Amino acid sequence: MVNTPPPDGADAPGSGAPGAPGASVGAIVPEVVDDPLLEPDEGHDLDAPIPSALRPASDLERLEIDLILEAIYRHYGFDFRNYARASMRRRLWNQVRAEKLTTIAGLLDRVLHDVDCMERLLLMLSVNVTAMYRDPTFFRAFREQVVPLLRSHPFVRIWHAGCSTGEEVYSMAILLEEEGLYNRCRLYATDMNEAVLRRAQAGIFPIEVMQEYTANYLRSGAKEHFARYYTARYGHAIFKQPLRRNIVFSHHNLVTDGSFNEFHVIICRNVMIYFNEQLQARVHELFYDSLRRFGVLALGRKESLSGTPHQHDYDEINPAEKLYRRRGV
Amino acid sequence: MHGGRPQLVLIGASLGGLSAIPVILGGLPRDFPNPIVIVQHRAILSDDSGLVEAMQRGCPLMVREVEDKDRLAAGRVYLAPADYHLLIEGDHMTLSTEARVLHARPSIDVLFDSAAESHADRVVGVILTGASRDGVLGAQKIKQRGGIVVVQDPATAECKVMPAAAIAGVAVDRVLTLEQIAQYLVRCSLTMTR
Repeated sequence: MVNTPPPDGADAPGSGAPGAPGASVGAIVPEVVDDPLLEPDEGHDLDAPIPSALRPASDLERLEIDLILEAIYRHYGFDFRNYARASMRRRLWNQVRAEKLTTIAGLLDRVLHDVDCMERLLLMLSVNVTAMYRDPTFFRAFREQVVPLLRSHPFVRIWHAGCSTGEEVYSMAILLEEEGLYNRCRLYATDMNEAVLRRAQAGIFPIEVMQEYTANYLRSGAKEHFARYYTARYGHAIFKQPLRRNIVFSHHNLVTDGSFNEFHVIICRNVMIYFNEQLQARVHELFYDSLRRFGVLALGRKESLSGTPHQHDYDEINPAEKLYRRRGV
Repeated sequence: MHGGRPQLVLIGASLGGLSAIPVILGGLPRDFPNPIVIVQHRAILSDDSGLVEAMQRGCPLMVREVEDKDRLAAGRVYLAPADYHLLIEGDHMTLSTEARVLHARPSIDVLFDSAAESHADRVVGVILTGASRDGVLGAQKIKQRGGIVVVQDPATAECKVMPAAAIAGVAVDRVLTLEQIAQYLVRCSLTMTR
């Protein structure tokens, strides 16, 4: 049976931050979008039609995916074997196109023999968060319902698990600053990918996205002017130093690493959607072990605790915004 | 080969879908035996519950906005959430916040492609009104895997761009009005469901 790769998902490769390997794919071609339901282009499509004679059959493709994930695990130690297959398949094909290859087996060959190719793949697999204050109502709920819980603590540890390029960490730092809590907070921002962490640490974002971020910021119940937190320079926005004073960026892999502290808040939004249920269960175990009693767990808008091993060990703070509180016993 | 997997109905719509989809859902019987998964292009900030309520009105089946890893159940209607891609994976659904495809997230192509990959010939893909080319690649994939593709008659569509693109780009099985699509889905489910 003939098979084809999934549709190209390259509207926005890497959002073009400076120094991002593989993020820059030439000039951006502006395009008019007439349909009001569609969003303006975030970048542009990578075009690399796959010759039909080279399209693998479905079963063969499954085998190739098994092989590349096994090979990456055994050679590099990154374990993607329990990632959700449907989205993993898409991302692998996106990388096959970006590398101008034609098969996943071809990508396997290059990944094994070219460390830079592995870095690029890792980047593709690590960039998850798409915007600052994505879901402004979540940040509003955090401000209104979680911040009051934190005020009674002399010191607050917050873990951003899978922080990717840091949009959400900076969002949270600003929120805590505006609530007068930031001085007693420490934000532990972790990701499995060093390159992504470096980008997060740099705190530099393309100036074009700042308009969207500002709109989100305003909808999140913000209290200041967003522009006071960054300096615009050379087409980029750079978050100011004082904002980073209490952020610690460090390497941590949710798949293979254990607990490293006890937290008052764990934020892990739209990270576990890329995992299968078995891996999700492992990570929920890890979070439960890493949360203080009455600590807060924040998940993505369309993620759920139901069906996970600790679903009965949390109370709902805000079910719509997926804010949970660990029970005392 | 596909024993145990339910047959799956997929609906993709863009501009005009909000009035078109309820016509189809309203024409289905209470005992419709298959899950129905919908991608309706929508603004990022659109009110979640509003769209579910709009779809639920006049629909005898229960409509739910999908959460990650939700199981597919017979006779349920699943709506892709705003700003997430929705993918089919065996007996459940999985979400992704990856880049937009053809400006869209959720993307019809992404849904159709993943469903065809997962369910092979046990898929019926329906493309409705819209001002986009979304759905063409996904529908091609459904045909390659032996599934069925139905397109709304462009003459009856609020916006004919999307159905016309599908007809031009895919060997579609049927071009029908919304009322006929509902009847066809019922007939399909009777003949194809084991």
